[in-house]
Amino acid sequence: MKNFIVNRARNVELGLIAISFLIAGYAHWLVQIATKQVYEISPIWLVVIGTGALALHLVVRFLAPAADPYLLPMALLLNLLGLVMIHRLDAADLIRSDEPTQVSLEAPNQLTWFFVGIAAVSVGLMIVRDHRLIQRFTFTAMLIGFVLLLLPLVPGLGATINGARLWVRVAGYSFQPAEFAKIALAIFFAAYLARTRLSIQSIKTRFFGIGIPRVQDLGPIVIAWLVSILVLVSQRDLGTSLLFFGLFVGLLYVATGQRTWLAIGAIMFSAGALIAYSLFSHVRLRATVWLDPFSYANAEGYQLLQALYGFASGGILGQGWGEGFTWLVPYANSDFILAAFGEELGYAGMAGLVLIYAILVQRGLRIAMSARDDFGSLLSIGLSLVLALQLFVVFGGVTRLIPLTGLTAPFLAAGGSSLISNWIMIGLLIRISHTTNLLNRPAGEV
Amino acid sequence: MQHQIKRLSGVFAFALVALMANLLSSQVFQVEELRSRPDNTRLILEEYGRERGAIVVDGKFIAKSVATDGTLIYERRYPFGSTYSNATGYYSIVYGTTAIERIYGSVLSGQDDRLAIDRLQQLLSGTEVRGGVVTLTLDHEMQTAAASALGNRAGAVVAIDVETGEILTLVGAPTFDPNRLVANDTNKVQRYYEKLLQNPNKPLLNRPLVQTLPPGSTFKVVVAAAALESGLFTAASEIPGPAKIQLPLSDKKLGNWQNAACESDNTVTLLKALEVSCNTAFAWLGMELGSDAIQAQAEAFGFNQSFDTPLTAATSVFPTGLDAAQTAMSAIGQFDVRATALQMAMVNAAILNDGKLMQPQLVRDIRTADLQILEKSEPRLIRQAISNSTAAALKEMMRSVVVNGTASSLDLPGIWVGGKTGTAETGTDALPHAWMSAIMEANGRKIAIAVVVENGGGALEVSGNQIAGPIAAKVIAAAIQ
Repeated sequence: MKNFIVNRARNVELGLIAISFLIAGYAHWLVQIATKQVYEISPIWLVVIGTGALALHLVVRFLAPAADPYLLPMALLLNLLGLVMIHRLDAADLIRSDEPTQVSLEAPNQLTWFFVGIAAVSVGLMIVRDHRLIQRFTFTAMLIGFVLLLLPLVPGLGATINGARLWVRVAGYSFQPAEFAKIALAIFFAAYLARTRLSIQSIKTRFFGIGIPRVQDLGPIVIAWLVSILVLVSQRDLGTSLLFFGLFVGLLYVATGQRTWLAIGAIMFSAGALIAYSLFSHVRLRATVWLDPFSYANAEGYQLLQALYGFASGGILGQGWGEGFTWLVPYANSDFILAAFGEELGYAGMAGLVLIYAILVQRGLRIAMSARDDFGSLLSIGLSLVLALQLFVVFGGVTRLIPLTGLTAPFLAAGGSSLISNWIMIGLLIRISHTTNLLNRPAGEV
Repeated sequence: MQHQIKRLSGVFAFALVALMANLLSSQVFQVEELRSRPDNTRLILEEYGRERGAIVVDGKFIAKSVATDGTLIYERRYPFGSTYSNATGYYSIVYGTTAIERIYGSVLSGQDDRLAIDRLQQLLSGTEVRGGVVTLTLDHEMQTAAASALGNRAGAVVAIDVETGEILTLVGAPTFDPNRLVANDTNKVQRYYEKLLQNPNKPLLNRPLVQTLPPGSTFKVVVAAAALESGLFTAASEIPGPAKIQLPLSDKKLGNWQNAACESDNTVTLLKALEVSCNTAFAWLGMELGSDAIQAQAEAFGFNQSFDTPLTAATSVFPTGLDAAQTAMSAIGQFDVRATALQMAMVNAAILNDGKLMQPQLVRDIRTADLQILEKSEPRLIRQAISNSTAAALKEMMRSVVVNGTASSLDLPGIWVGGKTGTAETGTDALPHAWMSAIMEANGRKIAIAVVVENGGGALEVSGNQIAGPIAAKVIAAAIQ
């Protein structure tokens, strides 16, 4: 019991949760002022959200007392800021609508997914007491991963939304299986490489001084490549494709230390992308719009340009919560929520968000560094990599650094599949860090 | 694997830096470029989403923004309808802005540099950005009286506080109701605008400031001023005033409106010539002084130059290179002499202000949304248009026009009023323009007025007195309330 209360890491976590709550509460207050309370939220909800966050903290205090104290508050802060922005965009829709009763509100849904997400973390922490147990399910994870990834291609089940076939619709509910496939595949890749990395690493042929991998070691990467190309072509989404291939190549590099894999991966992906570009008109259109959105200002380039105009209006300090014209950007609450933040919080706010993500990724890598087992280490890297790749692809997409894709900003964007799966990833990191910190604790300490 | 993880974290750091560096272009370096693109609607929405500052006259809002039901978008309202349209202009999502709404657009929208500190305070306190307030010099009673007296007749009324140059009345008719140009219903706005464009009397024209018309006999005070300034004449000087005079190098004769000599012996004093508006006497006087002297005097009063009040007034014209006949015609305010109502009010104002011509001003001050004064207009002397003594003499002569002459409609009990009538031929079959110049001194106020009713009068000089005079009288009555 003494350890339950006098636990420095957990007390830091609690303090940071309180600060996250204050920041998001202040943002919410500003939104209420700016939108003139047309759409007020009962203060009871603030209490409910606070209770939920506190409950999750208590679960961690019981079930993973030695876990990293920064993961939970940072994810919570992003989730809450996203909720405030989604609510703010709901308010904008209500204000502008002639029939407010017909407006579909996203914030209540997102709030539900938040609770589902933290419930999933709690249940997961209860079931999985040691992350090393997961390693037993290496090939089960692979199977689940590939099935989930290819599920939208099943006729009658898959659904195309906004040009990308990333959805599965069952009994009126639609979800994005790829969001969960990324966890399954991160587990599979980590487990597979933890097992085989030494053999891949030790045996290699040299050709003009460059290490060439054995042909049989090339098998898995070729399969991963084919799957990612299949995803790119059939689901029409560069982001998801890049996410899986990047995850695999990144893990392969870390596991083996051979930079050759990075080069091979880069060449294979570029070749695949080029082939897709020359074969498929929708891929070409994406690229054309990316290169010159101004020529498609009222057509395919509209969304991206509205986002860029939003960033320009935001400038360095932003228009302020609720003061921008964020609703001008189609899908401002999901794919383009970063544009909404850029417009209202400015460059400074964007830097803040990137910093929060950077802390999350950095904690993940730190856990990977200190993990005693290869699987734990590789899984931490995989999860950090997924987080970082998602951020990079969506951030780069809405700011026109790279072509647009269907990925969304982790924790911020409206969308149940993404939010729940990202929380599960945080849950896994919490579990790995707890196990690791317990094992690394100096002898004699309880 | 430690080594690779460190490498990987370096790659992550690099990627994040690349993202933020790339974002600099749209949020810092290319902001102006992106914001000025024609398909960027945010600028317009920003303007309409902000509480635009009010335009104020005598503590009353003559233009203000009100939040419309259920939306964040403000709508511009002009509580006095068309009364102030010549000063405020309009603020239309379809047709843009005019007049004060345009010239003080950055103050009213809150974007002006002078409001920078105010904006910062609003930013820090989290309140909405509100535009600044512009106070006009207009006098609500006089403006309302002038607008209702002129009614729908084409014409203009301008009154000036002679000591400060503040414009107290700025009325033109017919005009428009700015409320009907700012409504959210774009179709309605377009229909109304089309109707205004098709009206032959041009309601969108800012008549008091830009409509130049022959000033007719009201211009005689300028010739009288030139005569007195020359030192060769006084009010009592005897000059020829026959029924008709032959114009040099011309087969035309110029006659009096009375069709008779101005005095039975065919000579008349300068005072009497002004009192009865003797054409032949002023035609003779014009030729005697020469066109250069009259031009110099007219320019001293402000002809041949334009003024920014800050609404830009059209240049009133006294032509150059005149022969003797043209000079004679110009001396009675005909031929190519053209004046705005503002210009004639300025002539009268300089006479009443001991010869000092003041810069006409329409804006008294600009303020923050909380009514703290940011900038105040100061009276500015343009020049001494005539000497003190000439001004004193002309004042008495104009008073005499009211008491003994053609401007009898300005003879109001208990108020010192001077004036000069005018009936300006248009050179076509249309009816002449009826003018009235007035100066008044009462209750500590010194005000000069010019009224013109276009095509409003019959052929006789009395039309100025009968048609424009009563309008001036009502403005004067409003001034002393």
